[in-house]
Amino acid sequence: MAPLLEIKDLHVGFTTDAGTVKAVDGVSYSVDLGETLAIVGESGCGKSVGALSVMGLLPHPAGKVLGGEILFGGTNLLNVSNLDMRHIRGKEIAMVFQEPMTSLNPLLTIGRQLTEGLELHMHMNSKQAQARAVELLELVEITDGARRLSQYPHHLSGGMRQRVMLALALSCEPRLIIADEPTTALDVTIQAQILELMKRITDESGMALVIITHNLGIVARYADTVNIMYAGRVVEGGTADEIYASPRHPYTRGLMRSVPRPDVPRTAKLEPIEGQPPDLMDLPPGCSFEPRCPHATDQCRAEAPPLLQITPGHTTACWLADQLEPATAVVSQLK
Amino acid sequence: MQSQASAQSTQSSVANGDILLEVKGLKMYFPVTAGAIMQKTVGYIKAVDDVSFFVRKGETLGLVGESGCGKSTTGRSILQFSKPTEGEVRFEGVDLTQLSSQEMRRMRERMQIVFQDPYSSLNPRMTAGAIVGEPVKIHHKVANRTELRERVDELFEVVGLNPTMAGRYPHEFSGGQRQRIGIARALALNPSFIVCDEPVSALDVSIQAQVINLFEELQERFNLTYLFIAHDLSVVRHIADRIAVMYLGHLVEVAPAEELYANPMHPYTQALLSAVPIPDPRIEATRQRIILKGEIPSPLNPPAGCVFHPRCPIMTESCKAAMPELVEMSPDHWVACINA
Repeated sequence: MAPLLEIKDLHVGFTTDAGTVKAVDGVSYSVDLGETLAIVGESGCGKSVGALSVMGLLPHPAGKVLGGEILFGGTNLLNVSNLDMRHIRGKEIAMVFQEPMTSLNPLLTIGRQLTEGLELHMHMNSKQAQARAVELLELVEITDGARRLSQYPHHLSGGMRQRVMLALALSCEPRLIIADEPTTALDVTIQAQILELMKRITDESGMALVIITHNLGIVARYADTVNIMYAGRVVEGGTADEIYASPRHPYTRGLMRSVPRPDVPRTAKLEPIEGQPPDLMDLPPGCSFEPRCPHATDQCRAEAPPLLQITPGHTTACWLADQLEPATAVVSQLK
Repeated sequence: MQSQASAQSTQSSVANGDILLEVKGLKMYFPVTAGAIMQKTVGYIKAVDDVSFFVRKGETLGLVGESGCGKSTTGRSILQFSKPTEGEVRFEGVDLTQLSSQEMRRMRERMQIVFQDPYSSLNPRMTAGAIVGEPVKIHHKVANRTELRERVDELFEVVGLNPTMAGRYPHEFSGGQRQRIGIARALALNPSFIVCDEPVSALDVSIQAQVINLFEELQERFNLTYLFIAHDLSVVRHIADRIAVMYLGHLVEVAPAEELYANPMHPYTQALLSAVPIPDPRIEATRQRIILKGEIPSPLNPPAGCVFHPRCPIMTESCKAAMPELVEMSPDHWVACINA
């Protein structure tokens, strides 16, 4: 059976006065029911743009899907009409955004925001929707739900708002939730509350979850599979266990080495990745990581490496994937 | 007067190392007003409430806590951005709260700040060179334009920027480069003490490491003392010699970095450390976490007694009585908890 969501060779570009920005440049991945996929990368690597294309929410008219397929339950979402997309968005695929301050409507009560989708997608009358909304708030551990329904977003703290966002996403029992940096704006103790809650609910309901993040700790705790993105491409993918135990791509290794760890005493200096990510309007002709890569060769400068399987369930896009020292050394060096 | 007593005992136990900065019983209350014309003070936000600590010469003290706990306000009131409500801030023995603004201005040559947001802390209408050169000009550290130019070039090189970029404007730089400009500006007057207010939290991970390393290199090279304010406990573990944990305007634990991570004693510190996921799936698979209930209360109306008691997993009745003082549980390890 085909996976729930399958993205094939997706290309997304943004038209600007200065030229086209290749935000997503040939990305393929899939996620199935019951699975948590993490998409990891730094700002501008295309991780959010990919998710927005799945939702059909690319900024109009600048952002455009230039090629590829987004198959959801076998249907290519790129061929679905705007009207039909409305029945999928919110109902089948829901999204949790980073910033709960700006993604909730400040002029509508919490209750109205929750019941809107229920009435529209689940065909409930307003009484049923109200009752369901209270249940949903309980599900995300907001007490006193009946009173909360008449409150506005500004009455709630950041953590509470993100709980409401999560209740909204869950309201129509979607099969896929995309969470774009869901806890980046929150404090650590609140972050832990929200993520544990999200994990519990998605595990219990068996839905698919895509978490977009730059935090390698969150990935390690919550993800089954991981895609590492750099400059619009997936450079490494596989199970979380495999990627953390033996990262193959020099960028992945660089990331893991450069992050200070809460469980490792201060020993030597951090090893940063030198330089900066490339300009997406002017990508290098070969591998886009080549200018920062300590191992780059002439082949890397000439030609972009394809994403190839190196062991079952572990892919990487690097010409030198087989030649570099076993990366287990990277991890043990840290300890 | 209890706070003073505790500050004194703090001082007496410090045998090793010279103290550069000492904060005693610092309070920073912001009035909350109501009424359109006849403004009346209806309450106070106790952003910092009776905080005492010291920083030794050449060390990095990490100040950690969640948003709204008062860590940035503490940093800013040390530099006298606004006059503290109460308390002393002694820098090399001089109480800064007693200085006139003119005297304080001269003092700021020796104490500087690096801000969190490299986007909003640089004037977009000034070139990078002008930004870095401004403190040098204001404090008359150079005789003429050539000397100014030389000093700016030198500062650019110190922070790893190419001096040929001095003519560019902030928007032409990346986030990491902008933070380097902010650091160069802070170094311009050869300070001995720098308040680093979340200086890497707006940066991407791969750039974060570059800037953290730069801070460490500069500390070694110029013998700097840092108060490093952060919410990221991994970053603080890497850079700090000692760590102070803050919650709702109070310090709840102060200890050497390794001691704090190995043996956190305050229940809030324990929860905070346990909330940070470790980037290793095998460790996370079996790790037990303390998930705190509820949210941080408002500093406008903090809980009576220990400010942490409504969320505390080991709370007892007596916790509701009074905010505990910091007590030295083992050498240099201070905890404010009656049940620790």
